[in-house]
Amino acid sequence: MWVYEKKLQYPVRIKNPNPKMAKYIITQYGGPDGELAASLRYLSQRYHMPIPEAKGVLNDIGTEELAHFEIVGAMVYQLMKGACPEEIKMADMGTYYADHDNAVYPSTGTGVPFTAAYIQSKGDPIADLHEDLAAEQKARATYENLIKLADDPDVIDPLRFLREREIVHFQRFGEVLQKVREYMESKKYF
Amino acid sequence: MNHTHADNERRELLEQIRAIEFMTIDLNLYLNTHPNDRRALNEYNYYTRQLQALRKEYEMRYGPLTNFGYSLSQYPWAWINEPWPWEEDHYMEGC
Ligand SMILES: [Fe+2]
Repeated sequence: MWVYEKKLQYPVRIKNPNPKMAKYIITQYGGPDGELAASLRYLSQRYHMPIPEAKGVLNDIGTEELAHFEIVGAMVYQLMKGACPEEIKMADMGTYYADHDNAVYPSTGTGVPFTAAYIQSKGDPIADLHEDLAAEQKARATYENLIKLADDPDVIDPLRFLREREIVHFQRFGEVLQKVREYMESKKYF
Repeated sequence: MNHTHADNERRELLEQIRAIEFMTIDLNLYLNTHPNDRRALNEYNYYTRQLQALRKEYEMRYGPLTNFGYSLSQYPWAWINEPWPWEEDHYMEGC
């Protein structure tokens, strides 16, 4: 089971609302390379991992991604909270506002709702771990794009933290892939 | 918006918890693929002990950080006390 800890893994303190930035960032909440997709991917794939190291890594990174999902949600919440309908219209966020007001909804910036079609759980550990390595790189690239789009240090700071974590996750998945390969080799399993 | 002195102290302690917890998260992930690294394991236990002490201090002063039987509560039920994490240091007024 999971136990909630009443704090963010990394603080989010955005002083100035910015619906345009919210529109960019929300894809990491409910988009194809976002934190919700990451978490569901790893937590679903963990059941079919053959060695304890792999189960541990998928379980724990899947859990950390939930904490990142919360960080991104807090960013969208704070960027939208103080924004007036007029500003939202100017930011081209009117279509989102019509459906969701200032609320936080898992979708892309263009309003495509979250879907499990973003992820796979193949039952083949080698295939799944390759997907995970790619997912971490895509998330890193998305955060780099977002950092380029941002000009507020309150926004850039947590984005940098999230980007760094993707690099660490990529490293751990690479180690797991190596160990799973060795295990399968030792079992003469092709 | 001005924060009270007590509020600043709370935030500072939370910041310390965050920093130590980050070490435990990162070492935990590392140990998952290096379970025989004794030095990393010692570090993990070192930070975990620190984290446990800091959490205890925070919870005695400001209320529970975790729910579902992981922390005690004073009367009245303190779990629902604000701010929630996404409201931390949140300055803006609604439109
Ligand atoms: Fe990640």
